[in-house]
Amino acid sequence: MHEYSIVSALLEQCHEYAVENKVNKITQVTVKIGVLSGVEPSLFATAFETFKLEGVAYDAKLVIQQQAIILQCHHCQAEVEIAERSVKCPQCDSFDTQIIAGEEMLLMQLEMEQA
Amino acid sequence: MCKDCGCSITRPHSHGHHHNAGHSHEHHHHDGHSHEHHHHDGHSHEHNDANLHANPQLNDKKTLSVIHKILDKNDHEAAHNRQHFESQQVTAFNLMSSPGSGKTTLLEHLQEYTPLKYAVIEGDLETSRDADRLVAKGIDAYQIQTGSACHLDAFMVHSALHHVDLAPLDICFVENVGNLVCPASYDVGTHFNVVLVSVPEGDDKIEKYPVMFRKADVVLITKADLLPHFDFSIEAATEQVKKLNPKAQVITLSVKDSHSMRRFAEWLSEHCRS
Repeated sequence: MHEYSIVSALLEQCHEYAVENKVNKITQVTVKIGVLSGVEPSLFATAFETFKLEGVAYDAKLVIQQQAIILQCHHCQAEVEIAERSVKCPQCDSFDTQIIAGEEMLLMQLEMEQA
Repeated sequence: MCKDCGCSITRPHSHGHHHNAGHSHEHHHHDGHSHEHHHHDGHSHEHNDANLHANPQLNDKKTLSVIHKILDKNDHEAAHNRQHFESQQVTAFNLMSSPGSGKTTLLEHLQEYTPLKYAVIEGDLETSRDADRLVAKGIDAYQIQTGSACHLDAFMVHSALHHVDLAPLDICFVENVGNLVCPASYDVGTHFNVVLVSVPEGDDKIEKYPVMFRKADVVLITKADLLPHFDFSIEAATEQVKKLNPKAQVITLSVKDSHSMRRFAEWLSEHCRS
C-alpha cells in the first residue's frame, strides 16, 4: 500500500504549487502512471480521494493517464509498445533494449483557482 | 533544511510553465476582402468557462503544465544518502525480498566469506529482532521500525545513517522491509539492488512481481539446499529474470554451501567502490 505514501508526496507538491501560484484551490490533478511503475491506479485513486480532503486539493478531480510500456531496441532501432512483461524486442528478438516509457510516476498538470 | 539532522538539503525547485493564453484570436472577415484581425485581449471582460487556459488575472483560474516526478523529494534525499556513502568510500546495497527469504540469515553468514567490513540498516514494521541477531554475530546493525509503513524510504535511511559509523566500513547493507511490491518504488540511496527469491517461494515469483525484479542488479536464489524438495526450476527463474532484466546476474545460493557464498562475496567485491 505504498500508494498512500506516493499520494502524500503528490499532495505535498500540489500544496507547494498552490502557494507558489498564490491560489487556494486546486480543481484538477493530472498524473501519469506507468504500468511498470509499481503503482496500482485504483489504489492510487482511493488514496487520493481520502487524503485530498485535508488540503488545497480537497475538491480536486484526479485524472490518471496510464502509460504503456514503450521499448526501444538498440539493435533494430524499433520503438514499440509491448503488452508482455519482457524487454525482448518483439521484432528482432534482441535483448539490447531499453524501456523508454512505462516506469514513470509523474505529476503532469494542475488546474487551480483562487476561490 | 533536513528535519532529522539539520544538514542543509536544498530542495529542487521545478519551474512550471504558466499557460496564460488570455488573448482570444478572432477573425472578422469583411466583405471588402480585407483580412483584418481583431485582437480581443484580456480587457474585454469576456469570461469563458470552457477556456481552461484563461488569464489568471481575469478569473483566477489557470492550468499549470508541470512534469514533476512525484517522488522527487525522496529521490533527492536518496542522492544525498549516496553522496554520504561515497564520501566515506562505502558502497551501499539494498536487500529486498518477501519476508522470510533469508536476507538476515545471509548477512549473518556473509562475514565468514568476505574480508569486506559491513554494517546493516534493518527495516521492519516492529521489533528489533533482526538487528539483535546481527549484533549477536558481531555485526554492527541499526534497526528502523517503520510502524505500519510497508517500505523504507530515503528519509528513514538518512536518519538511520546518523547511528551508523561508516568510517571503518566497506559496505553498508540496507535490509528493506520484507515485501516484493512497495520497496521497489523507492530509491533509498544505495548503489545496487540485491533481490532475493527463496526456493520454497516458487520460480514464478519473478513473473508475478516484475517491477521488483526489474530493479535488481543481482538476483539471489536462496535456500538452494531445499531444491530437492521443491519443484523450483533454476532454469525457468533465470529465463524469467533475463526476459525482464537481462543485465541482472543470477546467483544460486545456500548459506550451507560455502562455494555459493563465496560467489556472492566475489560479486560484492567486484561491485565495491574501494
